Amino acid sequence: MFITPEGKEIFVVDGHTHFWDGSPENQKNIHGKQFIECFYAYHTGLSPKEQLWEKSKFEKYSADDLYRDLFVNGPDDVAIVQSTYLKDFYKNGFNTIERNAEVAKRYPERFIVNGAFDPRDGEKALEYIHFLKETYDVKGVKMYTAEWNGASKGWKLTDPDAYKCFELCDKLGIRNIHVHKGPTIIPLSKDAFDVHDVDHAATDFQNLNWIVEHCGLPRLDDFCWIATQETNVYGGLAVALPFIHSRPRYFGEVIAELLFWIGPEKILFGSDYAIWTPRWLVEKFWAYQIPEDIAAERGVQLTDEIKEKILGLNAARLYNIDIEAKKAALASSPFSIAAE
Amino acid sequence: MATASVSGSRENELWRRLGEVNDPELDEPITEMGFVERAEMASNGSVDIDFRLPTYWCSPNFAFLMLDGVRKALDQLSWSPAYRVKLHDHMFAEEVNRGMEAGKTFVDIFAELAEDQDLGALRETFRLKAFKRRQEAVLRGFRQHGLTDREILGMDLPAYDVARFETGEAANQKPRYRAALLERFPDRRADAPVFVTWEGQRIPTGALSAHLAELRSVRINMEFNGALCRGLKQTRYKELGVVDGEPTLVDFIMDRVPPRAAPTV
Repeated sequence: MFITPEGKEIFVVDGHTHFWDGSPENQKNIHGKQFIECFYAYHTGLSPKEQLWEKSKFEKYSADDLYRDLFVNGPDDVAIVQSTYLKDFYKNGFNTIERNAEVAKRYPERFIVNGAFDPRDGEKALEYIHFLKETYDVKGVKMYTAEWNGASKGWKLTDPDAYKCFELCDKLGIRNIHVHKGPTIIPLSKDAFDVHDVDHAATDFQNLNWIVEHCGLPRLDDFCWIATQETNVYGGLAVALPFIHSRPRYFGEVIAELLFWIGPEKILFGSDYAIWTPRWLVEKFWAYQIPEDIAAERGVQLTDEIKEKILGLNAARLYNIDIEAKKAALASSPFSIAAE
Repeated sequence: MATASVSGSRENELWRRLGEVNDPELDEPITEMGFVERAEMASNGSVDIDFRLPTYWCSPNFAFLMLDGVRKALDQLSWSPAYRVKLHDHMFAEEVNRGMEAGKTFVDIFAELAEDQDLGALRETFRLKAFKRRQEAVLRGFRQHGLTDREILGMDLPAYDVARFETGEAANQKPRYRAALLERFPDRRADAPVFVTWEGQRIPTGALSAHLAELRSVRINMEFNGALCRGLKQTRYKELGVVDGEPTLVDFIMDRVPPRAAPTV
């Protein structure tokens, strides 16, 4: 719960969090080392300095750290914790669903655990989707198209094997597909951040919600175009939001574009914990105003009502969270005292 | 001393040439981004360059375009030195270094992974983006100076050359836009308008705001990359330690810098 300076309670759904193990003990090779290095560079590059973590904690933090940073010191009411396996880089995987499910069990009512699969596994991927549904009753999955898998250095949402997986997701009611558009590596000669496969997949799977993390940046224009055409495409603010601290004017330009093109109903807050922690992000976001000249040019405003949608109401709608029921459940949870 | 001044002027020439190589995706000089970690000249004039990008994962095609740019820049040096360029801490460092040394093209190096396509189209895309980004900065600069849209859009090259910005992005981009314009339209008439679309169309006075909105979206993407790259590069190069000069920060940043020689997989 975020309490505004005026005393209003804002329900916060953190659309993008992780519970990873990137420690040297778990690293399989140089790629695993470089992967967490890169995350750490994001953390140190865009966080306010008083929010910086030591490297060793960043590599592997505890379930208690996670709970405290999100719900006790942080304003989250519910967090969507994503799974990212990276088994080619990490011995036990980077952030598996088992790890996420364990922490979700420990702190009931707090987490929505999302699964992940790799369409390149073919039949096994389909079996795994069944397993995810039966074992964890997942409502969403995270797709990491830049993940390596043997000789393959990435895949597209439009690959035939991926379509088979999405057909199954549709059938089983796994409706929320979070897409991380990292640099797909192959073919090497191409522009590396193409988001157009989202367009095709979203058209072909109208029942599924496609949440494009960090709004497709650095292809914001392509993303806006697609999300304007496709009613089932959403933008996650992870990675874009931290610019509110280091480059507030730039963040204003990004959010103004998003509001102008896709509107306030389709933008979702996400901290990308543990790259960033939600408290400072939410505080700064609530206090933020788009610079006047940018707002005037695009004819948009970031009102309190819109902020409330972005911070929680939009994600609650996608994940069928009954906000009043959730508040009541949290109030009676054994952890509520710690959270106050 | 004669030798000292020769080597000094050669060093200036070297850095000047390197400064003409841009990160294609950001349209910013690789020297300003800090990607040239070391450029040293031996007493016989030969040149040794260490090149390092912000992350291990930076797109190999961009890495190649930059290194190819470095290669061309070094080929233009007045004393035609032998040189060695080395890419460090990159997922394809080995392939790129070996290929560069053998003077291979991108397609030769990555025959399988590049799917037999040349980088020509990609280069063209980057030229377009650079043109738009530079143009936007100058257009906004003129608007801020109080020129009307009609005055701005009616400007020809002689008038453009007379105009001056003191500081800021417009001042920075003004000569760069000029270069991009002449490269794009080498046969343009001197009295033709300076501000045209990438396709060479005039921009109607009433359409400047819409045109600027389109340019802005191009810049937002480039700026995102640029800001991230700078942030990532700073931490990778452990420059964060100088922020506010707090030793605690330096301590743990020092600890995280990847070793110079990557361990074998």
